[in-house]
Amino acid sequence: MSNPASTGTPNASPSDVIPFNATRQGPDDLGRFGAFGGRFVPETLMDALNQLTAAYEESKTDPAFQSELHYYWKDYVGRPSPLYRADRLSSFAGGADVYLKREDLNHTGAHKINNAIGQVMLARRMGKTRVIAETGAGQHGVATATACALFGLTCTVYMGEEDIRRQKLNVFNMRTMGATVVPVASGSRTLRDATNEAMRDWMGSSRETHYTIGSVVGPHPFPMIVRDFQSVIGREAREQILEKIDRLPDAVVACVGGGSNAAGIFYPFIEDVEVELIGAEAGGRGIKTGEHAASLTQGRPGVLHGSFSYVLQDDDGQTQDVHSISAGLDYPGVGPEHSYWKDQGRVRYESVTDAEALAAYEETARREGVLPALESSHALAQAFKEARRLGPGKVLIACLSGRGDKDAYEVARLRGEPMG
Amino acid sequence: MNRIDALFTRLKAEGRRALMPFLTAGDPDLATTAVLINELVGRGADMIEVGVPYSDPIADGPVIAASYHRALQQGIKIAHVFQTLRTLRAEGSEAVRATPLVSMVSYSIIHRVGVERYLNDAATAGLDGLIVPDLPVEESEALQKKATQRGLKLIQLITPTTPRDRAVEIARLTTGFIYYVSVAGITGVRKELPPELKDNVAWLRTQTDLPICIGFGIGSPDQIRQLAPVADGLIVGSALVRRLGDAVNRSRAEIVKEIGDFVGELADALKPEPGA
Repeated sequence: MSNPASTGTPNASPSDVIPFNATRQGPDDLGRFGAFGGRFVPETLMDALNQLTAAYEESKTDPAFQSELHYYWKDYVGRPSPLYRADRLSSFAGGADVYLKREDLNHTGAHKINNAIGQVMLARRMGKTRVIAETGAGQHGVATATACALFGLTCTVYMGEEDIRRQKLNVFNMRTMGATVVPVASGSRTLRDATNEAMRDWMGSSRETHYTIGSVVGPHPFPMIVRDFQSVIGREAREQILEKIDRLPDAVVACVGGGSNAAGIFYPFIEDVEVELIGAEAGGRGIKTGEHAASLTQGRPGVLHGSFSYVLQDDDGQTQDVHSISAGLDYPGVGPEHSYWKDQGRVRYESVTDAEALAAYEETARREGVLPALESSHALAQAFKEARRLGPGKVLIACLSGRGDKDAYEVARLRGEPMG
Repeated sequence: MNRIDALFTRLKAEGRRALMPFLTAGDPDLATTAVLINELVGRGADMIEVGVPYSDPIADGPVIAASYHRALQQGIKIAHVFQTLRTLRAEGSEAVRATPLVSMVSYSIIHRVGVERYLNDAATAGLDGLIVPDLPVEESEALQKKATQRGLKLIQLITPTTPRDRAVEIARLTTGFIYYVSVAGITGVRKELPPELKDNVAWLRTQTDLPICIGFGIGSPDQIRQLAPVADGLIVGSALVRRLGDAVNRSRAEIVKEIGDFVGELADALKPEPGA
């Protein structure tokens, strides 16, 4: 423990680390992916977490639950989402063929709905009448508000004041669907603070309330549940690419904030060792400026929001302020399974700056007629680099995790042409 | 003997309950924290809980979270907190030196500093135990063992949402005393405490020989009087810390006196009623 760079688990010796090939079955009973994960939460929440774990395990083998979930994914969300070969972007990148997994075409415009429907169905199964959520960009808030409207549950969404400013459209839409949006004025007034407030709410409300976490973060079983619900992305993409080109892709790229779309698309490819997996973190104004949100590439293992994972902290364990142009990536932590994949060398994580993401946003709009979310633009920017590196004849899938409508006001402001 | 064990042995013999105020280290500054600890011991505090400021305290309500934030804005580091406590132990009055001090600290900080280094520094600083509100028993075995080796108590929390079989297990793994959380929720004064609180604590007493102290939500002499019959100690946090927030507008001496008066009232509420 004296070596701050050590990735050793707080309580386990290296021999306790589960072997790499077990990752598809992970986490273990303590919620650990190797050294990472676990439950670092107040005792008050432990019973709710145990109850959720039990309800989730039951739901996995309940054919009625699974068939209902798939029904809503298909007829309500519009799954499967297309896997689209973006020829003009491929020629721009000048190398591998770039395919886009079009999560932006889902109902509500992002991958977040895959998990929100699943978790709100779990809430209903557990007899909870109220759902709470945190949101950064607002996509998870909108998805949760949507699922709550669909299933008739009360919904409260915590959102940082800075994000409310950046994402007015999503705030308006959540309220229209009947959700209460609670502005969070503490700390950096972003996703991290919204997560704190949602956890505080749950401390006093878990008897009747389910906390629908929006990413593969937080205490066990959340990282597992969110990964499983989002894995529909990767399962589809794997089948679709096999059907189209009769082989697996050479690389899969996704953006990583907390890491839910990345976990979802990577997970079904984990055992396909010939497929390179690459995560794009928010490099903000550049790693050297210190104003970024690159937890995996710049952080160290530590505890935040109930989980042991890479985190941006100072030497005293205080969470650092982070920056990203994208509200959804503006988070100092990351899902524990990503930390595990990083240390195992299974996934390579890179950082992409605000400027690179904005450029990818513009190129994708002009060359394909597709407006990507700023989060997804990080994946696209990295995908262009990887496609160039891989070269012609190779194939790459980028996860286009969400659409960019929500970002129009912020991009216009950054261009100096505010829409008012 | 660890000061916590000594305290409860003595109080048991005297038939008294412990008054355990909570203070944030470094709010408004560490010099004031030291003055306050002296003052509170003089006013009848039996143990002091020292809150180590943390950037993301999910178990804390707005009062303590804001207090932590103020302290961090002063640039308070864990090393400064330990230094202040070391000085108190070396230079404080005999009463202050005999009073148990317990740190309330996030595991995020302990992990970053390093478990062994944190415990060594805590022991050297004269702390007697620690409460780690975000470390459930499943994750606490190694810390427990290492704390015990250094003569430090690891105080675990039991809450209204803890199932009874789990409560028994937590009680078995606790050292020093059990921190019984009065309400399901975050820290902060409540007007009403749950009606089943006394019964729950009475049941817990049939399961353990450890002292049971009640915290969260307590903020008035009346509540102290209500709970004294079932508890071995009573913890008061937000009701004190709220007053530290006024430091911007008022002199330190005024705030120290006000908090001292308040703790004096709470201590009076624990004294046997005349003629009783």
